[in-house]
Amino acid sequence: MKTSGSISRRLTVLLACVAALLSVLSWSMVTSFARQAAERTQDNILEASASIIAEALRSEDGEVRLELPYSAFSMLGAISEDRVFYHVTQGGATLTGTPAISADFVSPAPGQTRLNTTTYQDEPLRVAAITRVILAGANRVAVTVYVGQTRYGVSLIANDLSRTAALLSIAFFTVAVALSAVVARTSLHQINVIAEAVARRGPTDLRPLRQTPPQELAPLLQSLNRLIDRLSRSLRQSEDFIAEAAHRIRTPLATVRAQAEVALHSVDDVTEKKRMRQIIRAVDESSRSAGQLLDHATVAYRSENIPDTAIDLAQIASTATAALQPTADMKDIDIHLDANTAMVRGDDVLLESALRNVLDNAVKYSPPETSVTVRVRTAGASGEITVSDSGPGLGDEPFEKYTERFQRGKNAEGTVGSGLGLTIARDVVLAHQGRIELTNNEGNGTCVSFILPRA
Amino acid sequence: MRVIHFAASLILALWANASAALEVEEQRTYPGTGPTTLRILSTADLDVFEPFLLSFQASVPEIGIDYTVSSSAEVFRAVAAGEAFDVVISSAMDLQFRLANDGFAQSFVSDATEALPDWAKWRNLIFAFTSEPAVAVISTRAFAGLPVPRTRQDLISILRENPERFAGTIGTYDVRSSGLGYLFATQEARISDAYWRLSEVMGRLDPQLYCCSAQMIDDVSSGQLALAYNVLGSYAGQRLAGPEGEGLQIILFEDFDNVMLRTALIPNTATAVTEAGAFVDALLEVGNRTEKGEWVLPPLAPSSAQELSFGPIRLGPTLLVYLDPLNRRAFLESWQSAIEQTPD
Ligand SMILES: Nc1ncnc2c1ncn2[C@@H]1O[C@H](COP(=O)(O)OP(=O)(O)O)[C@@H](O)[C@H]1O
Ligand SMILES: [Mg+2]
Repeated sequence: MKTSGSISRRLTVLLACVAALLSVLSWSMVTSFARQAAERTQDNILEASASIIAEALRSEDGEVRLELPYSAFSMLGAISEDRVFYHVTQGGATLTGTPAISADFVSPAPGQTRLNTTTYQDEPLRVAAITRVILAGANRVAVTVYVGQTRYGVSLIANDLSRTAALLSIAFFTVAVALSAVVARTSLHQINVIAEAVARRGPTDLRPLRQTPPQELAPLLQSLNRLIDRLSRSLRQSEDFIAEAAHRIRTPLATVRAQAEVALHSVDDVTEKKRMRQIIRAVDESSRSAGQLLDHATVAYRSENIPDTAIDLAQIASTATAALQPTADMKDIDIHLDANTAMVRGDDVLLESALRNVLDNAVKYSPPETSVTVRVRTAGASGEITVSDSGPGLGDEPFEKYTERFQRGKNAEGTVGSGLGLTIARDVVLAHQGRIELTNNEGNGTCVSFILPRA
Repeated sequence: MRVIHFAASLILALWANASAALEVEEQRTYPGTGPTTLRILSTADLDVFEPFLLSFQASVPEIGIDYTVSSSAEVFRAVAAGEAFDVVISSAMDLQFRLANDGFAQSFVSDATEALPDWAKWRNLIFAFTSEPAVAVISTRAFAGLPVPRTRQDLISILRENPERFAGTIGTYDVRSSGLGYLFATQEARISDAYWRLSEVMGRLDPQLYCCSAQMIDDVSSGQLALAYNVLGSYAGQRLAGPEGEGLQIILFEDFDNVMLRTALIPNTATAVTEAGAFVDALLEVGNRTEKGEWVLPPLAPSSAQELSFGPIRLGPTLLVYLDPLNRRAFLESWQSAIEQTPD
């Protein structure tokens, strides 16, 4: 069947795209967080360093004095190999250090710290500044300490974390794709369950689907059930029609037959009598065909609802044998009944009509003055009815063909028939969860068996 | 006040007076077979470095070498003033570091620099190729009858108890003029307050002040000095091995040692960059050797004795601390008042 692509694949690809997007997003977020964290760490160190230097400021003889504390610089060198610059101003004039680093810097208010990124020697330089007021003699002097550091260390840490984040994102993506495939498959499982339930059904099973579908599949299931309903209704209508038609044909035929019988007895001419007998036989055949059509419709109708009643196959066998006795007598055929009790569950009307059709074949295809055996047995978990004759056998065509509707064998040429008898038998047996077996007897004759589960 | 004035003028000499011509102590040219000449500016004496230069030239004869020796302060000043050199070698780690930090050095990466331990390089701008402890050299004759001092505390006691014997015979760096002396002194003062007590004791003994390790050791071997404090172990070792080594003893104090890294860098002004790289590679290869070998400059690998101490002076921004003029001024003030005590 031509399909418009796979939902599962489409779903997987869609989910994978989402996962890829999330991976990239999370990677870029982690990268920017890592950078921010590294920058904040550097800022903290720079601030600490500047404040350590500011704390070392003192005044002596009315002059601001400063000895740069060793620790202020050792902390700067501790985590990275970054270039370090500092500048200390006293009331705007340089006390010591590199003035260029504070060129574009508004010095913070006393007691305040300020951070700024400037460019020095073509490199970004992060600078922390802190202002402290020193009492030098009688004057209050604002001294600002600037400490600057390049950002190699920050980049190094950020890149390192970014690389780790990238690896994690790739791992996440891979896992997500695998999970997407699994998720897509499990979500489509429900559809498969319904599809399988439909596929498992027998050809005549037109009951509505009873599965509880997921919400999304409810409409599909509903319309499917509606379709099935419509189908079975129209099927039943046509079967009703056939039954009705068969019935209406049979009734006038019975009248015709009765009249022909009367006519047969009232004429003396041999040719007239022969003609009348031909009419009677033809009417019989038509009536039987109509009966079979009726039976067939009945089977189709009743097999939808097989009751759970226990039935003795022996009983069925004796009823059917009795029904066929007059026909058999006409050909001097002896129907031999050998029945043991075998209980099954199902519809006695259907089973009887099935057996009647098979017996009818046996009588029809057997030469006169032979015998037909009907046997009922139990074997393991099944009950069996076997009808065995000593007629011509089934021939060498595949036997399945005989159970198809309106199919007749080559050996049936010359006999009148509709090709429905074995079809009815098969449908009934299948509706009872059983099977039909057609075999040729050793020597000659046919053997037809119904094998049904025991009650 | 006089002291402050002196210090201030020295600072000016160090950083402001950039235009003055380089004061050259020694200079020699080793012509190569090719057109390129590598201009090397170094604080290491020619007789110390020549063996290395010759072996380098033996392996790459096409490169000519122009080797200039100057003081560490001069070396710094010249590079900071933008004078053109291809390789700069100095024993003053702080000044070398400052050149790198302030953007005067160019980055260089090779197998040899990658092989260096982390503590022996900084940002691929400066590379250490020796680690040299500061030692004391004593004249065994002058110390006859006295125990050999094992720690600085021992030395303080000995000097304090024998003022007559050691008056005028103690030699140490003039930290005002010697960059290396200043580095050793500041680091020692940072690590232990024994430094200031020792300086006080020495100051009372009318110490002789020197610019360079070599002269100090010479004066110990000639008998003029009883003790040279804080000289380069490498120079002392070389002298001890020579004919004048008799009567000399090297003391590596047990309380802590001060290990200096001799470093090389390629300045921004370098023109023969490839050749400079080859030269640095050769230096680092020698620096990374495992055997002591012939050369007087010791390898980078720390000896077992040094492993016990703090390790070499760290290449990092802490080296900037004592270079600050304010700190320098304060340190020199304290040093001067300790060392220059006129007995009268
Ligand atoms: N007892 C039998 N002996 C020989 N052939 C049979 C027998 N029963 C059925 N067949 C073959 O199977 C065909 C199908 O049988 P059936 O469905 O009853 O149709 P029909 O109306 O021809 O009897 C027959 O046409 C015939 O060829
Ligand atoms: Mg039939």
